[in-house]
Amino acid sequence: MSDIILKTEGLTKHYGGVHALEDANFELRMGEHVAIMGDNGAGKSTFVRQITGVEIPTRGKIVFGGREVSFTSPLDAREAGIEAVFQNLALADDLDVPSNLFLGREKIRFNLGPFSILDRRAMRDATRKALEKTAVKIPNLSSTIRNMSGGQRQCVAIARTATFPSKLVIMDEPTAALGVQETAQVENIIRNMKAAGEPLILISHNMRQVFDLADRIVVFRRGRIAANLRKSETSGEEVVAYITGAKTDASMSDAA
Amino acid sequence: MAGSEHGVGGLKYDTSRKSWPPELNVLLALVLIVAAFEILGRLIMGDSFLLNTRADLDSLFNEQRLQIIILQVSIVGIIAIGVTQVIISGGIDLSSGSVVGATAMIAMSFAQVAMVNGNPNPKAIFLEQGWVDLPVIVPVLVGLGCGLAAGLINGLLIAYTRIPPFIATLGMMVAARGMSRWWSKGNPISFPTESYAEIGKGMMPVVIFVALAILFQLILTYTKYGKHCYAIGSNEEASRTTGIKVEHHKVLVYVIAGMLASVAAIVLSSKNLTAQAGMGMMYELDAIAMAVIGGVSLSGGRGSIIGTVLGALIFGVIISGFTFLQLDAYYQEMVKGVIIVGAVVLDQWRQRRRSLKG
Repeated sequence: MSDIILKTEGLTKHYGGVHALEDANFELRMGEHVAIMGDNGAGKSTFVRQITGVEIPTRGKIVFGGREVSFTSPLDAREAGIEAVFQNLALADDLDVPSNLFLGREKIRFNLGPFSILDRRAMRDATRKALEKTAVKIPNLSSTIRNMSGGQRQCVAIARTATFPSKLVIMDEPTAALGVQETAQVENIIRNMKAAGEPLILISHNMRQVFDLADRIVVFRRGRIAANLRKSETSGEEVVAYITGAKTDASMSDAA
Repeated sequence: MAGSEHGVGGLKYDTSRKSWPPELNVLLALVLIVAAFEILGRLIMGDSFLLNTRADLDSLFNEQRLQIIILQVSIVGIIAIGVTQVIISGGIDLSSGSVVGATAMIAMSFAQVAMVNGNPNPKAIFLEQGWVDLPVIVPVLVGLGCGLAAGLINGLLIAYTRIPPFIATLGMMVAARGMSRWWSKGNPISFPTESYAEIGKGMMPVVIFVALAILFQLILTYTKYGKHCYAIGSNEEASRTTGIKVEHHKVLVYVIAGMLASVAAIVLSSKNLTAQAGMGMMYELDAIAMAVIGGVSLSGGRGSIIGTVLGALIFGVIISGFTFLQLDAYYQEMVKGVIIVGAVVLDQWRQRRRSLKG
């Protein structure tokens, strides 16, 4: 029990009449890398939005780090130690790298409420450290996101998760828009995290990548968790069968 | 930072090629416009636009003209500071001109003297209540309160009902103008106290404008508030997901804009020694134009107070230049229109070029 970092029970999200996520029971252990797969609209991103506080679940329980949590804002989740790289990256195009890394959590030199003076040097230094830690090379920290390639943007978003002490990192399709070389770089960052024992939830459509990086594969289908497979005990064909619904698992209604 | 390092995927950057700050373009435009008037002045009027040509005065520049240029834009300039931070955070404020009108009327009625030339002040609104000859702090606080209230209503509407800023502030524009007409049933209010008249005397509007411009340039650059303005204007959804309290911030942005409009109203009514229901008409558009000419992007996320101040100076130079060339005011309006549209076209073009480069 103690090595379970994240556990959801009966997690459900309805948007009006649309049942985007239904009764999701999910577990993640310390140091484990789990891939979430599924068709578009299967509920993967909805699931992530519930556990990162972006949305508030209709029903269900989230247990994080041994205690039940109910996040009311993304900041709650981040403060609890859940860092996410969203599909849309959540970067402000007109700001530079340090500003983006510390967006919403700026380092303050002088507290004056909303008019607090920023500690720009500390943010720059921390940015450099985070980029080193993730082995991301951004030549000019003061250039804006607008002037960066897709891969660089992705790396900035990932470096953001490394800027703050976190217990769990979630990446939503981190390589979907990247070229071969850039994808390799992101995958390297993920391998380094595995070596460091940091748990990860990875949403991906890329079968090769999932089998390369994950210990376990959870398949979502039509808002429900359709399968929970150890990488060593499954195959690409089987995963695809679960994604398309060609194969179903009768026991999945309670365990995941 | 080493310039030789490669970006992700082997992308190379030329770090030596610093991006040219957009404010420099505005400054260049200002210099070119001044030069154009200087040349036209020599050709048509046989006189210099900015340089001193009077033998009896010992100065390089025509100081009187310089003073007029900056004085006539400083009151709208104060509004433009507020409008700039609104536009940077992705909004727009059309209500500032009307807020000037309403604030001027209300503040002025709290700044009335009891006696004019030994007779009771005929227009003193609160004469019966005895609210006359009040210390200057009273009309100032009342005025600031008007701006705060208008800004608060704007901000709450925009942040919590999610109606577009254009509509919310358009409503406020109409309502506040109605308010300023209703307040004294259309009559002007004059005869302010001595101390109230001090606020906008002489070059005081310029001093207040410059002080506020410096303050807000610093706020936008060095504080959390400023950073969040740019972040929300740049990507509101991202700002929300990263935990910025977008709604709170928006309310604050419009409150500050409203209060700056009321500062302009106090300065203006004090300077003119009177308040009229039509005061501040079209100021909102002039203020937006100053910001846009100064390189503030209407799509949010980019711009600065320095740019807006330069935009205001371009405005002042054009008005002054046309007067100097003895051209009709009609042409001023037309040229102003062309310049505003030109500035937006330029901004669009800049944006397109940037995204192509990315």
